[in-house]
Amino acid sequence: MTDTLHDGLADDSSSTDDAPVFVTSDLSVYYGAYRAVRNVSIDIRQNEITSFIGPSGCGKTTVLRCFNRMNDLIVGARVDGSILYRGIDLYGADVSAVEVRRHIGMVFQKPNPLPKSIYDNIAFGPRINGVRKRSELDDIVERSLVRAALWDEVKDRVKASALGLSGGQQQRLCIARTIAVEPDVILMDEPCSALDPIATGRIEELMQELKSDYSIVIVTHNMQQAARVSDRTAFFTVEVNPESDRRTGVLVEFDSTKKMFSNPADERTENYVTGRFG
Amino acid sequence: MTVDGGSGLDLSQRPSSRTRTDRAMTAVMLVCLLAVVVPLAAVVYTLLKNGAGQLSAEFFTADIPTISRIEGPGMGPAIVGTLLITAVAAAMALPLGILGAIYLNESSAGGRLGRLIRFMATVMTGVPSVVMGLFVYVTYTLRFKQNAFGGALALAFLMLPVVIRTTEEMLKLVPDNLREASAALGARRSRTVLTVVLPAALPGVVSGCLLAVARAAGETAPILFVVGAATSVNTNVFREVNTALSAQIFANAQLPFEGAQQRAWGAALTLVLLAFVITLIARVVTARFALKR
Repeated sequence: MTDTLHDGLADDSSSTDDAPVFVTSDLSVYYGAYRAVRNVSIDIRQNEITSFIGPSGCGKTTVLRCFNRMNDLIVGARVDGSILYRGIDLYGADVSAVEVRRHIGMVFQKPNPLPKSIYDNIAFGPRINGVRKRSELDDIVERSLVRAALWDEVKDRVKASALGLSGGQQQRLCIARTIAVEPDVILMDEPCSALDPIATGRIEELMQELKSDYSIVIVTHNMQQAARVSDRTAFFTVEVNPESDRRTGVLVEFDSTKKMFSNPADERTENYVTGRFG
Repeated sequence: MTVDGGSGLDLSQRPSSRTRTDRAMTAVMLVCLLAVVVPLAAVVYTLLKNGAGQLSAEFFTADIPTISRIEGPGMGPAIVGTLLITAVAAAMALPLGILGAIYLNESSAGGRLGRLIRFMATVMTGVPSVVMGLFVYVTYTLRFKQNAFGGALALAFLMLPVVIRTTEEMLKLVPDNLREASAALGARRSRTVLTVVLPAALPGVVSGCLLAVARAAGETAPILFVVGAATSVNTNVFREVNTALSAQIFANAQLPFEGAQQRAWGAALTLVLLAFVITLIARVVTARFALKR
């Protein structure tokens, strides 16, 4: 499985331009005076699935939320270092977080449909972007739901409340909602942690399909999932300062998924992926 | 009857101090329930017994007799006055209070100004209504004479802190993951508040606001000295004295004349019915907008 993924990657990188979508250099994230993550340097490539793995509290989610500036919503959060998104400094002075989020979508750990109908959930993003025409919205809603493999299950009740869907359906709805605004990148924060294995399988299939159009970054606690779906894997861990007992997340290793799981360069990565730690 | 399943296993209830305590506490709670319900029932019963006979189409529309000794109906001006004063007060306090709550919960983000406003609103909740009336009397009535707008001002000051605090509590109940969902789709904060947060909090906000209005509609103290006492209908809120049901109850119930006292009972029942209708509307609206699962 990993082999075919890896071969696919080789083909992809020759056909698309090599410039990474995100270039992160020396990124540190602070909550107030507390440094949650330090010195992360990672490149995210186009049409690949990049996974972040590591024990709890290692800062995977924190780093992910920097890519669409969701950390801005947290009072006291601030970043050091830089993230270039297609050559633009995401935290530059005249960059609008709202604009950034229109290009970089996010799927959250807990499915979070808005308390509206299925239709209105999908149409929410396009409406923000000024799509008003009924027929156009109908098209977008159908296309997004088909793409997220949810259309057949809900086509007769798109006007029903999204809260009536099952957990797995809600998460696919959230994915449909994200792709309805045609983002460039999709960030996924443990999208399957609240789902059963069957729903997880469907989401993973979906990610493989979406890969051809989007670049995906996924945070996961499930190492098998990272091995199954991703092209590249970043392993984070927690460093505890023995004097102050402060815990800080650090990036240990970032390489192709195949290498990370078969022949990692760092001992800590090997201990983690073989289950000896965390 | 035996609870022995044949296996020697015994799951039967054993008499213990816990069972006795349980029974005793149940009895105490029943007594408490009665202590609450009995006075309420007594109030409603007395009101109906003495007031129901007064209610008629004429009672709701006719002018108040200028000579208090005269028997017979007439509370029209007080009903019009109460509705006018309450409506004008609500029109001033509700938008301001709701916008204030949105600022406190969605924008101020624990800032110093937000904390100050929240503190002032809490302090304002504790100001007695008669003090509010006195404040309006000194700042407004002495200059512009007694009229309905003065009463509306006083009631608005009374409603405002309640509206701010209840609305803020309701906004706090809206889960943050909805705000995140909206923001992640590229919505500005204004759009998130208008299309996600407010609709989700609406049932609570509406019922909280209407309860504040119902409470204010029955206020007496501030009305007494800033609105005055009219005996005919006055629909102009800015000119001439006006009146309200609560003020009429206060004035008429003290008089030694049978007719006046009967009008006071009628006014009291009307006021309670009015508050009841507003509460009912709150219930219906809440049910109507409640999230459909």
